[in-house]
Amino acid sequence: MAKHKTPLLDQLESGPWPSFVSDLKQEAESRAKNEKKVEFQIPTDTVDDLLGVLELSFKDKETHWKHGGIVGVFGYGGGVIGRYCDQPEMFPGVAHFHTMRISQPSGHFYKSDYLRDLCNLWEFRGSGITNMHGSTGDVIFLGTTTPQLEEIFFELTHNLNQDLGGSGSNLRTPSDCVGEARCEFACYDTQSLCTALTNEYQDELHRPAFPYKFKFKFDGCPNCCVASIARADLSFIGTWRDDIRIDQAAVKGYVDNDPDFPPNGGAHSGRNWGKFDIQKEVIALCPTECMKFEGGKLTIDNSECNRCMHCINVMPRALKPGKEKGLSILAGAKAPILDGAQMGSLVAPFLPVVEPYDEIKEVIEAIWDWWMEEGKNRERLGELMKRQGFQKLLEATGIPAMPQHVIAPRTNPYIFWKEEEVPGGFSMDPVKYRERHKR
Amino acid sequence: MAFISSGYDPKEPMKNRITDIGPRNFAEFYPPVIAKNKGKWAYHQILEPGVLVHVAESGDKIYTVRAGGCRIMSVTHIREICDIADKYCDGYVRWTTRNNIEFMTDSLEKAEALKKDLAGRKFPGGSLKFPVGGTGAGISNIVHTQGWIHCHTPATDASGPVKACMDELFDYFKTMSLPAHVRVSMACCLNMCGAVHCSDIAFVGYHRKPPVIEHEYLDKMCEIPLAVAACPTAAIKPKKVEVNGTEVKSVEINNERCMYCGNCYTMCPALPLASGEGDGVVVMVGGKVSNRISPPMFSKVVVAFLPNNVPRWPELTDVIKRIVEVYAKDARKYERLGEWAERIGWEKFFEKCGLDFTHHLIDDFRDPAYYTWRQTSQFKFTNAIK
Repeated sequence: MAKHKTPLLDQLESGPWPSFVSDLKQEAESRAKNEKKVEFQIPTDTVDDLLGVLELSFKDKETHWKHGGIVGVFGYGGGVIGRYCDQPEMFPGVAHFHTMRISQPSGHFYKSDYLRDLCNLWEFRGSGITNMHGSTGDVIFLGTTTPQLEEIFFELTHNLNQDLGGSGSNLRTPSDCVGEARCEFACYDTQSLCTALTNEYQDELHRPAFPYKFKFKFDGCPNCCVASIARADLSFIGTWRDDIRIDQAAVKGYVDNDPDFPPNGGAHSGRNWGKFDIQKEVIALCPTECMKFEGGKLTIDNSECNRCMHCINVMPRALKPGKEKGLSILAGAKAPILDGAQMGSLVAPFLPVVEPYDEIKEVIEAIWDWWMEEGKNRERLGELMKRQGFQKLLEATGIPAMPQHVIAPRTNPYIFWKEEEVPGGFSMDPVKYRERHKR
Repeated sequence: MAFISSGYDPKEPMKNRITDIGPRNFAEFYPPVIAKNKGKWAYHQILEPGVLVHVAESGDKIYTVRAGGCRIMSVTHIREICDIADKYCDGYVRWTTRNNIEFMTDSLEKAEALKKDLAGRKFPGGSLKFPVGGTGAGISNIVHTQGWIHCHTPATDASGPVKACMDELFDYFKTMSLPAHVRVSMACCLNMCGAVHCSDIAFVGYHRKPPVIEHEYLDKMCEIPLAVAACPTAAIKPKKVEVNGTEVKSVEINNERCMYCGNCYTMCPALPLASGEGDGVVVMVGGKVSNRISPPMFSKVVVAFLPNNVPRWPELTDVIKRIVEVYAKDARKYERLGEWAERIGWEKFFEKCGLDFTHHLIDDFRDPAYYTWRQTSQFKFTNAIK
């Protein structure tokens, strides 16, 4: 028997898409029955009350969660977010309902025994409700009380070999695409790099020392499945610098409409688009017009290729990225607020990805030094770049300016020169000036 | 409810303390065929909606069955996922960046059996637990935020409107009939946790009323300079106010300058701005993050406001479905929604989608606005010109 009536939420139980309301109800019921005799460490009716407060929000069309509150585990500034309900009398089970961020394994791969361990811990010491996953990538434990925080942290670290993630003005838990684990397009091992840098920068992740949040995201190729270019202060996007590898026999497979060679890996099979036409679907759509198909042979002028991935996506059996692989680093992406949304800007066009990733760390740490020195409170890297200019970022990293850094050179000639760049510096002698010009 | 300690001793918090160990290593959780063939995949194919095969250079294959899921999940639900993973996948399972669940097996037979099993699992309320799909030129799971279920700044709910939209878009989750994939995302306020500002279709919770000013509490709860500095439009200034005969330090807000972003509320809890009447959603379209053919693009606002009509947000689902259907009919193969809109021109986009253009859709926010005004006599006549 449900504790609260939820007529509005109940309407979200119908329809084909999985209903989170039904799932919450099954958890509320499981806690009420408690067949396994779990000694719940937070109120048994916490999920009932979560449904209750959500129903109230549907009625009021306003949130009923209070602003923040500082809670955490000893020695960490990140990983726990305080949350309290503004109707604690009505919904005592969620009066205290803090979030814990659990640092996810790269690529979001799991084994069931580990997931069950997490479930058992969270059922016992929390609400039993999670996000799989939060927007940043962590496993999110939604809802526990303050006395449980240290206990959960103790069990995570002692029994599950598992740490908390980041929150607040620190490095947020880095996240990555599926990468080389199961994708033929990946130009570097996103999981290895993501995990290595996560471990390298644990201090930055857990002890806020930054002006504001900072995100790393790792995309194995320019398809950008983890959207790094739009939402990471530093995006690491796989790419290559030599020639696209061509298997002419497989090209023929596509051109001949061999059923074993569906264009785009079969992604368009739900509609009759007619026969595959390499001229129309590949050659003509190439943004740099660097491809030709003549006499049954595909040729690419690789020096003109900008590695957009379209041809490779369309013919994954025939075309592969080159062998000289690495990554590009783009800096400064963020969502809106303040000056509006920003996309990542290309700062390092090509770096090799070789353990222990020293060249990559050099760029990261140089950027952090600059941002920590110059960044204002709550100023993201992209905003600092806008405020001080892209040249300052280049100065900080020691990367020389090159045409790849811009879409086009400036349209105004209001160029700032450094004093040392001008012969004789900035000062002019007024007496000598007047010797040449009558007053 | 007796308190049970795990061994943590608050009197000696540093005793045996383990910190900064990071996440579990990913390699522990790779299915054996992935561990063996990592970095040596030859190609992939989508066999049918929701079912992929990846073929390694060694000839090994891995079949993936992709199921949609709610981002919010109970431990009961996760345990069910574990049981399925044990039965068909030796216990291995992964999540995608769009919160889908991927079950991976080494044989097509197991993948088929798995698919059948998943199709039969339903919640008592009638919805599917694990709908299979979300691949290729279709619509995958909507990435979203917390909304009213857990966040303190939202202007709308998240799981609710997402459920309503995915029910309406369900056919596109199950099929691959669109010109290209369409990424739908939602954020419940301007903070935009997730990349909704670069999605093919996005809806964003938006407040439309300036903050309430709780003069009585403001100085006690907030650093006034921080609240003033947080405002992107300099709409806030310090002001002394009389409350019950006593002068207190507080702030004044220039309502005309307020863009309701909530940045001040983040710094100062005495400036809340949630309002049942004022809040609703903005619809944005045409963004993408992929570099394929055209560079990544920001989403553009096409509907300035839709109300939070609970529980199913009918105006929102109607707009989204309409845009998808017109795009499906009109765009060319491989053309993303934003690429299509740019090719035909945004004036045509509004005409074709039957959307009203209002003054709210002309950018007036700082420098970037200027670059969106039309500086050419090249335009297309549409029904907007009477």
